[in-house]
Amino acid sequence: MGAGRFGAPMERHGSAAATSPSSTRESAPGGLDGRRQEPLRRRANSASAPAVGASAEGVRRDRPGSYSGTTSVSRQRVESLRKKRPLFPWFGLDIGGTLVKLVYFEPKDITAEEEEEEVESLKSIRKYLTSNVAYGSTGIRDVHLELKDLTLCGRKGNLHFIRFPTHDMPAFIQMGRDKNFSSLHTVFCATGGGAYKFEQDFLTISDLQLCKLDELDCLVKGILYIDSVGFNGRSQCYYFENPADSEKCQKLPFDLKNPYPLLLVNIGSGVSILAVYSKDNYKRVTGTSLGGGTFFGLCCLLTGCTTFEEALEMASRGDSTKVDKLVRDIYGGDYERFGLPGWAVASSFGNMMSKEKREAVSKEDLARATLITITNNIGSIARMCALNENINQVVFVGNFLRINTIAMRLLAYAMDYWSKGQLKALFSEHEGYFGAVGALLELLKIP
Amino acid sequence: MAECGASGSGSSGDSFDKSITLPPDEIFRNLENAKRFAIDIGGSLTKLAYYSTVQHKVAKVRSFDHSGKDAEQDHESPYEISVQEEVTARLHFVKFENTYIEACLDFIKDHLVNTETKVIQATGGGNIPQEAFVYQKDSDPEFRFQTNHPNIFPYLLVNIGSGVSIVKVETEDRFEWIGGSSIGGGTFWGLGALLTKTKKFDELLHLASRGQHANVDMLVQDIYGGAHQTLGLSGSLIASSFGKSATADQEFSQEDMAKSLLHMISNDIGQLACLYARLHHLDRVYFGGFFIRGHPVTMRTITYSINFFSKGEVQALFLRHEGYLGAIGAFLKGAEQDNPNQYSWGENYAGSSGLMSSSPDVCPAQRTRSGTFDLLEMDRLERPLVNLPLLLDPSSYVPDTVDLTDDALARKYWLSCFEEALDGVVKRAVASQPGSVDAAERAQKFRQKYWNKLQTLRQQPFAYGTLTVRSLLDTREHCLNEFNFPDPYSKVKQKENGAALKCFQKVVCALDTLDWEERQLALVQGLLAGNVFDWGAKAVSEVLESDPQFGFEEAKRKLEERPWLVDCYNKWLQRLKGPPHKCALIFADNSGVDVILGVFPFVRELLSRGTEVILACNSGPALNDVTYSESLIVAERIAAMDPVVHSALREERLLLVQTGSSSPCLDLSRLDKGLAVLVRERSTDLVVIEGMGRAVHTNYYAALHCESLKLAVIKNSWLAERLGGRLFSVIFKYEVPAQ
Repeated sequence: MGAGRFGAPMERHGSAAATSPSSTRESAPGGLDGRRQEPLRRRANSASAPAVGASAEGVRRDRPGSYSGTTSVSRQRVESLRKKRPLFPWFGLDIGGTLVKLVYFEPKDITAEEEEEEVESLKSIRKYLTSNVAYGSTGIRDVHLELKDLTLCGRKGNLHFIRFPTHDMPAFIQMGRDKNFSSLHTVFCATGGGAYKFEQDFLTISDLQLCKLDELDCLVKGILYIDSVGFNGRSQCYYFENPADSEKCQKLPFDLKNPYPLLLVNIGSGVSILAVYSKDNYKRVTGTSLGGGTFFGLCCLLTGCTTFEEALEMASRGDSTKVDKLVRDIYGGDYERFGLPGWAVASSFGNMMSKEKREAVSKEDLARATLITITNNIGSIARMCALNENINQVVFVGNFLRINTIAMRLLAYAMDYWSKGQLKALFSEHEGYFGAVGALLELLKIP
Repeated sequence: MAECGASGSGSSGDSFDKSITLPPDEIFRNLENAKRFAIDIGGSLTKLAYYSTVQHKVAKVRSFDHSGKDAEQDHESPYEISVQEEVTARLHFVKFENTYIEACLDFIKDHLVNTETKVIQATGGGNIPQEAFVYQKDSDPEFRFQTNHPNIFPYLLVNIGSGVSIVKVETEDRFEWIGGSSIGGGTFWGLGALLTKTKKFDELLHLASRGQHANVDMLVQDIYGGAHQTLGLSGSLIASSFGKSATADQEFSQEDMAKSLLHMISNDIGQLACLYARLHHLDRVYFGGFFIRGHPVTMRTITYSINFFSKGEVQALFLRHEGYLGAIGAFLKGAEQDNPNQYSWGENYAGSSGLMSSSPDVCPAQRTRSGTFDLLEMDRLERPLVNLPLLLDPSSYVPDTVDLTDDALARKYWLSCFEEALDGVVKRAVASQPGSVDAAERAQKFRQKYWNKLQTLRQQPFAYGTLTVRSLLDTREHCLNEFNFPDPYSKVKQKENGAALKCFQKVVCALDTLDWEERQLALVQGLLAGNVFDWGAKAVSEVLESDPQFGFEEAKRKLEERPWLVDCYNKWLQRLKGPPHKCALIFADNSGVDVILGVFPFVRELLSRGTEVILACNSGPALNDVTYSESLIVAERIAAMDPVVHSALREERLLLVQTGSSSPCLDLSRLDKGLAVLVRERSTDLVVIEGMGRAVHTNYYAALHCESLKLAVIKNSWLAERLGGRLFSVIFKYEVPAQ
């Protein structure tokens, strides 16, 4: 999952240090023409770089088309590759707080000479990745997401989407060493907090220099690109009609022909919310620490489940109204004075204040309530941001939504209901992979 | 207490519960007299409000009948004192967890007679918040109170009960529910009860205060590694609440989980509050509800969150008796017979409970009580109170000179000072009621109550709002009243007034022999010397106790030689050489020598100059301060001796009014409406404030539209030293507003 590096604050530590100085730096006004001399894009290798944290809020960033997000070493490599295509293999990596997302481009137009010249390690990587759907005990290729017959930098091929837990990063780095990746002279474009956290390990263990990229840049770039290429002839973007009605609920394609402005809500371990005004102009609005990690973490504590899938499966069988205190539990029905319907949750987990009710709930009920609580909260914050930013289309992405129809339908319903039909919740098939796609695009210098 | 109730509920039944958990004399005071009763049963907390009448004793003074029928009068006394019963209206607000609701309702049913009970469900906001405060972590103490500014609208009211309600309040009666969140106090409590073995809200908070959330939360540094530093990221920001509990097969400590939960919920509420504040262009957010309920832990986390998300643009404010917003608002609005707008209400410090301690180890008994039942009592004041029209900026006026919640050194001194003086006050109270059989017992109860309040304040200076010398004095007066010592100084004042009246003519004659310039100085010295007679000041009360003959002349000798500590006398004299003032408003201080030999000759001189005089005295007794009713008699007696005062009274050039207060200090923003009207009518252009309580502890920095004289003798060596003077140093502050 694309972890929120941006969560909510904790009590004391350095908020002032983290927010004020960096925000002053970032909020320096642009020129009168609205463009800045110095690209505002963050230079990851510069010690004086403004904070990437919550401080980036409220600052629009004009994105120039150049590669300023790389380290000096990898920049040289990128520069030298500018004239020609980069060498295979083509990877994009997004190392989040919980999950690592890897996209891999498998060229399908390899000529005979090429195949002959292809070094063994490269061939082995290609074979290994494309002939398996699972890697080790935790790596998974989302076969259903594979984008076929894609043309990238003049090469035709398939784009593969692979994920594994971040705690298996050491094994991945070890594999890079075992398979002698460094001999391929390839560039590993990586984004997410892990690009920083594991940079040294990549270098010392497998002799790989990471090209670190800003995760929000990659995210925005990735989503716009993927939407433009579609999903093997189908639409990438979709929405739900009648989300509250299990009978009539329909997932329908949405044509994002007028993407701007767009509120982008990325729900990974934490949540980041961006307002996107154009391809090169977006700002981080806010974020919350109540995200996918919170759902899964709380579920583990409350139900003893061990996987995200298990947590969702339990939630699908539970009844959150046993756990939550609803408006009707307090007022006997709708609370007309405030225009609150009786079914609305008045207090998440509110029934759990009572011993009898604690004893009467199942683990499934608790899982469901956790899911509903986190989802409603994200919906609520997203809705407030949309109002504040005056944006009416909201795209929810991130791996929290993977196989999570309950959450998506709830978001769709909540956005529509509380905004009285003004806001539309949109979703995207490749949920959690946009950061990794953005990283791959950086490698290929695809603007 | 809660434990007692629980253990007793099995076998002993309700009566035990009631007797243990609900000491009726403390929690449902005056319930028998309840006139109207309202109850607001929320998701987890019940608030009730009732309006009662309280009968209490008041000391009345009455001029003797001079027809000669009063055979036994000793003529030492200028008037007689009688104690009468009086009835005051009082509003009671009680708040408790729903756990106690049955026991409480039973108790209420048993005690409530002939009362219309009104169950209110719709609560929102809309009334003026009372004293609000902001939280500041690094200051000592952590809470800083805001005085009640008249312009508090519009504001956002975030009520954190089981869930969260967000109300936009535009005026006193225009407010609107604009949103809410289901993640609130009930979530903290409910999830906390599931995650830990702790099932009580307060204990969960306590658990949280000891935890390390970083063991449970995924922080930025967990994702970025050490790089967050070079990136300028704050590594300790929470990226994902409970993010760590998702991965590891490890046990988490209850404390850590509770802390993580607290942060998660506080941050979330703070963030939503900021989003709503921004959408509605509001920069002040008042937080209330049981989640806050005086808990420093949650106030801290909410404040932090608000600062973080709003980048300091939004201010988080809390209410000391928060949680009553709904009940008070609904109750006052629902009052048909008694229009609350016609009256002013003053908090009764004797009956109200304080903020909770940040640590449960401090005063456990007090904590349990106030944590379970929060009490607020408001006494209806006789007359409406308003601002003095002459205040330069009513919205920024703060009566108190020193905020003792802020000034730790001064706080320690004053608390000790009040502790040391307590025995004397008890002695005085007993002595004031020689005929009473239970005076000693009541005095001991008074002693205990006030002592406990002082001890609470030592631990939590912010317990009753902004701590000031004024609030300490007022609390003492309230506690004395509570135990039926309405005016412990009545006899002393009677005696002193009698003695001083006898000297009046002599003093006035002596003054009249002086030439103009000498007389002006002598008048000012007289005002100051009179002010030495103050039973409230320890140094003086000792001298007075040991030497009752301590006289006016001796007092003058005690005064510091000029130049005084603060000496604007020359400027004042220059002013007197100019045209007379149109009208002077004088706030008198002590009975006896002070008012009779100090203030009246000064008044007489002003009258002679052609200046009208409004003499304002307290409505009710406080220490040996002269009360309005006493001043009437004193003036009458002086008029009989002095033609200047006589004609001025008759022609209404000298007017006696009441301040509306019963405090030894003076709050110029809460004065009797009649006084304010008169001040305006007469175009008052001079205000004279006399005495330590009114001119030093309060109003020393008060800025007025017109000229003002603030004068006092510092009868407290610690304070004198602090101001750079010594005992009996003189403050003579004459101020002319900038044109």
